[in-house]
Amino acid sequence: MRRWGLLALAVGTLALPQVAEPIVVHTAIEILIMALFAMSFNLLFDGAGLLTFGHGCYYGVGAYTAALLMTEVAMPMFAAMALAMVMGGLVALVFGFFCVRLTGVYFSILTLAFAQLMFSLFQQSYTLTGGDLGILDIQPPAFLVAVNGYYYFTLVVVGVAMWLLWRIIHSPFGRMLHASRDSVVRTQFIGIDVRRYRLAAFVLAGIFASLAGALFAPFNRAVAPFLVSWVKSSDPVLMTLLGGAATFWGPVVGAAIFTTLHTIAIGYTTYWLLLMGSILLVGVLFLPGGILGFLEERFPGVAGARRTRMTEAHGASSHARAD
Amino acid sequence: MTAADVLGQFLSGLARAGVLFLIAAGLSFIFGVVKIVNFAHGALYMVGAFLTYSFTVTLKLPFWWSIVLAAVCVAVIGILLEILLFRRVYGRPVADQLLLTFAMVLIIHDVMRLAYGSNLRSVPRPPLLAGAVFLGDVIFPSYYIFIVLTGLAVLGGFWAFLHRTRLGKTIRAAVGNREMVACLGKPLPWLFTTAFAAGVFVDGLAGAIGAPLGGIRLGMDFDIIILAFATVIVGGFGSLPGTALAAFIIGEAYAFGIWFVPTIALSLPFIIMAAVLIARPWGLLGRAGGGEL
Repeated sequence: MRRWGLLALAVGTLALPQVAEPIVVHTAIEILIMALFAMSFNLLFDGAGLLTFGHGCYYGVGAYTAALLMTEVAMPMFAAMALAMVMGGLVALVFGFFCVRLTGVYFSILTLAFAQLMFSLFQQSYTLTGGDLGILDIQPPAFLVAVNGYYYFTLVVVGVAMWLLWRIIHSPFGRMLHASRDSVVRTQFIGIDVRRYRLAAFVLAGIFASLAGALFAPFNRAVAPFLVSWVKSSDPVLMTLLGGAATFWGPVVGAAIFTTLHTIAIGYTTYWLLLMGSILLVGVLFLPGGILGFLEERFPGVAGARRTRMTEAHGASSHARAD
Repeated sequence: MTAADVLGQFLSGLARAGVLFLIAAGLSFIFGVVKIVNFAHGALYMVGAFLTYSFTVTLKLPFWWSIVLAAVCVAVIGILLEILLFRRVYGRPVADQLLLTFAMVLIIHDVMRLAYGSNLRSVPRPPLLAGAVFLGDVIFPSYYIFIVLTGLAVLGGFWAFLHRTRLGKTIRAAVGNREMVACLGKPLPWLFTTAFAAGVFVDGLAGAIGAPLGGIRLGMDFDIIILAFATVIVGGFGSLPGTALAAFIIGEAYAFGIWFVPTIALSLPFIIMAAVLIARPWGLLGRAGGGEL
């Protein structure tokens, strides 16, 4: 049953551009990019028990780096994307160095503060980033200009990235992150330097987020400070919670629903935050495990959730500091 | 640059610090008592500012009535939110609390946009405080002095409330040991609602008296909540004098930063916060593992 479902999904994803309208393919690309962004967020959130409110920072750094390299020095897209990931990783290393010293609320606030710092930097340095106007006319290579081509390209990149994330989460490193999330003290007792693990997770999350941003820039043909703003940082939080943080595919489901809703809703209303806030409110109060968490509860095994309960896990990280 | 300029800039920093202190004190107080991080605190501050605009400009009420009314309205909204929503997440994981209050931020943001649109609004200073006091060459805008005095009054009021009244002492006891206070027959939920209302009232008051300082606009909620968190963290969570000290430092850092290093002035609070978090994670006047008032 589950195998057939996956097969149908795979066939559907591959055949989509052949049967669907361009706007649908366009939305699908956006979903893939946002799914990767949300997954990179969840590597920190569910993976390490760290709720970041500033993840848009790395997404934005990725998007801007790719955009700048492609427009200013006419670098080929693939090289620009690779360097965007390096840049995202470096920024995450610097900011993460400070952030991982804290947990709980303190961590969330500091990540948000760094993201705001980055936002004002991008918005104010007119000479480099174009300030409020951003950077326009970012052209992907000729064979990716058509929406279908970019779709398959994104599918491959995001697919590989997701596979890597799966490997990371299920590696000894990922298990150790989980352990530190569930109990810092016990993890330290067996000789693990929790901060270093968290910093590594922070950098990895930053790299994947900047890859998502780097995918977005040539797709959108333009970047603007909005990509670094707190609204962007809230996207992966909302998506992950909506889909279900305790499952691997939760962020993907959340990204799909969120992006589809957004595409439909902006046709009718500009009060998108009101709609999203209400959904989040209801979700937090009545559906704490998200959509996949809810399904998993009803039909065990369907979403491939892990056995650990996230409520207990995040309770453990409510202390002000790790040490 | 003369001594008069420096003094003038110092006072403008002090006024900024006064508003910041009110917001941060409410945030810190609510965290101390109810143990919840109210991300919607900045949003409620914005509501206070917009309501002041409605009362003074639209309804043409006197300024003094307007700021009191605005603060009371924000307190009432806070009480409703506490009873209807916050109570459901006490004891839930921190992530849930942050997300619930974050949802409120999104909702309040759009509700304000619905009600007031996206334009910049401004509230005129009351006639009584529109002028300035001259001390030699130094110009002190009266309104700045009013804000500083209000900040000091709230600091004193909070202290007196917590240390001199029965209710305040009970709240302090509840911070120390909830179970014991409950065992003594004190109604904890009601104590929490009261503390929440007090914190949010001061927050709304900050929005009201801060309204004539600069423009009122959407997005001020996010700017201020980060500054407020920075203030609370620099001062130490739960320490009222610490919050006052931190508000002073951040307010002055901004006032002089905009003068000497305008490009990084906006970032100064974060730099200060990062430095404090690394050197003294529990804040300047907080206690390690603190949380007491």
